[in-house]
Amino acid sequence: MATTALFFVFAGLAIACAISMVYHKNPLYSAISLIGVFVSLSVLYVTLAAPFIAAVQILIYAGAIMVLVVFVIMLLNMEEDKPLNRLRYLYAIGGGLGLILLVQTFFVFYAVMRAPKQAVNTEETIGKTMSIGTAMYTEYLLPVEIVGILLLMAIIGGVILVRKLSQPQMESMVERELERRHEGEDKDDYRIAL
Amino acid sequence: MESVIKTAFPFIVFSIAILLAFQGVLMIVAYTVLAERKVLGWIQGRIGPNRVGPWGVLQPFADLLKFIFKEDLVPDKSTKFVYFLAPIVALTCALLPIVVYPFGPVITTIDWSFLPYGLGDNIRQLPMTIAQIDVGVLFVLGITSVGVYGIALAGWSSNNKYSLMGGLRSSAQMISYELAMGASVIGVVMLAGTLDLNGIINAQINSPFKWFIIPQFIGFIVFLISAFAETNRVPFDLPEAETELVAGFHTEYSALKFALFFMAEYVNMFTVSVMVTVLFLGGWYVPGLGHLLEPGSVPYALVSHVAFIGKICAFLFLYIWIRGTLPRFRFDQLMNFGWKFLLPLALANVILTIIIVFFLNR
Repeated sequence: MATTALFFVFAGLAIACAISMVYHKNPLYSAISLIGVFVSLSVLYVTLAAPFIAAVQILIYAGAIMVLVVFVIMLLNMEEDKPLNRLRYLYAIGGGLGLILLVQTFFVFYAVMRAPKQAVNTEETIGKTMSIGTAMYTEYLLPVEIVGILLLMAIIGGVILVRKLSQPQMESMVERELERRHEGEDKDDYRIAL
Repeated sequence: MESVIKTAFPFIVFSIAILLAFQGVLMIVAYTVLAERKVLGWIQGRIGPNRVGPWGVLQPFADLLKFIFKEDLVPDKSTKFVYFLAPIVALTCALLPIVVYPFGPVITTIDWSFLPYGLGDNIRQLPMTIAQIDVGVLFVLGITSVGVYGIALAGWSSNNKYSLMGGLRSSAQMISYELAMGASVIGVVMLAGTLDLNGIINAQINSPFKWFIIPQFIGFIVFLISAFAETNRVPFDLPEAETELVAGFHTEYSALKFALFFMAEYVNMFTVSVMVTVLFLGGWYVPGLGHLLEPGSVPYALVSHVAFIGKICAFLFLYIWIRGTLPRFRFDQLMNFGWKFLLPLALANVILTIIIVFFLNR
C-alpha cells in the first residue's frame, strides 16, 4: 500500500517536473526541473526493487551530467528570451510528433493489458548490483566494450577540440608522433590523408 | 485496534530510529563547531568561547538562537525561488546519508516477546542502521554529489559577483575531487565484494588485515585528501577565501539561511568522517573485543558504537587541527593537484588492486 502511494506521489512529481521543464522560459529553471524528474524516477526505481539503478541514476544523471549543464547555463548568463515567432511552423511538427508518441504510449498500454498475467517473483534479484555486474561482464560484454570505446572517442574528440591547435601545429604534432612510431618509413602517404 | 497497531508499529519504530539518529548526529555536529572554536583558540594561543555556560558548553545553542533572531536580508535583485531553494537542497543532501550509516553491530540477544499483540514474534535481531540498502556506498556518494547544486545555485541566484565566483569555484572543485574520491573507493569495494556499508565492515572483520587501511593505504590517503576538498575545508577552502571573495557563495545569505549552509558544511564533514571510518578503519569494529564480550549482546553493541563515534571524532579533530596549521592552496594548484596527481594515483591503486584480487581469487 505504501509502495502504491509512493508511486503515485513520485510519478505525479516526475510528470509535473517534466511539464515544468518544457514550459519554463528560463533555461536554469528547466534544468532544475529536469533534476526533479531524475530524482523522482530514481525513487520509482527503488520501489521497483532496483536500488543499484536508482543510485546510478542519481550519481550519474543528477550528480554529474546535470551539474555540467547547470554550470554552462550559469557561465553563459543567458539574456531574456525573445519570442521565437520565426519558428512557428515547428509547433505543427512538434504537435504531430507528440501525437505519434501518445498513440505509441497507448499502444504499449494496450499490449500490456492484453498480455497474459504472470505472477511476479518478489525475490528476483534483477536490480541487484551483483546480477547487473555479472550480466554486463559476461553476456553483454561486447556492447559494454563498444560503448566504452565510443565514450573514449568522444573524450579524445573533446580534448582535441578544446586545445584549439591551428592546422600547421596539428600537422607538425601528427608528424612528430608518426616519426616516433615508425622511424625511417615513408612519410608522404599520411600527408595526403591529412 | 490490534490490526491498526500492527500496521502502525513499523512506522513508529522507524520514526523513533530516524529521530534518534538525526538528533544524535546534529548534537555531534553542534559540538564540532564548539570544539573547532576551542581547539583553534588553543592552537592560536587564545582561550576560545567560555562565556555561555560552564567552559562555554552552551555556546552552540546560543549561536542557534542568534541565527534564528537575526534579521533575514534577501537581496532585491536575487532570483527568489532559487535563492530560497539552495540552502534547503544543501542541508537535505547533507542529512540524507544518515539513514544508511552503520552505527553499530546487530543486536541478537534481546528477547522481544514481551511486546504486546505479538509484535515481537518475528523480530530476531535489531540492526543499528535505519535502512540497510544494497548500494550504501553509491547512495552516499550520489546524494553528496547532488549537494553541489545547493552551493552552485546559491552562488548564481544571489546576483553577486563574489557569490557567483565562489559558487563556480566550489562546484568545479567538488566535481574534480569527486572523481578521485570515487576511484579510491573502488579498491575497497573490490576487496569487500559488496557496496553495502555493513557488508564492507563484515568483510574487514573476516579479512586477515582487520582494517582495510593496511591493504588500501594509497586509497585511504587519496580518499582523505579528496574528503577535505569535497567539504570545502582548509587547505581547500577556496570557495570562501575571504581575501578574494568576501565569503564566497554564502555572501548574500543571512540569519537562518546562512545557518543551514553552515550546518550543511559540518554535517558533510561528519559524513566523510563516517565514510573514512567505515571504508578504511573497520567502522564500529574493535579488534579483539569479541573475546571480551559476546558478539550480538547489548554491551558489545554499545562499546562498538562508542568506538565508532570515537573514530569519527578523531577525524573531526584532524579537520580542525589541519585548519589551524595549513595555509590555503591557490586555485590552479588545487586543480593540478586533483587532476594530475590524485586521480592518476587513485587509478593506479585500482589497477594494482585488480591485479592482487585476481591472483588471490585464482
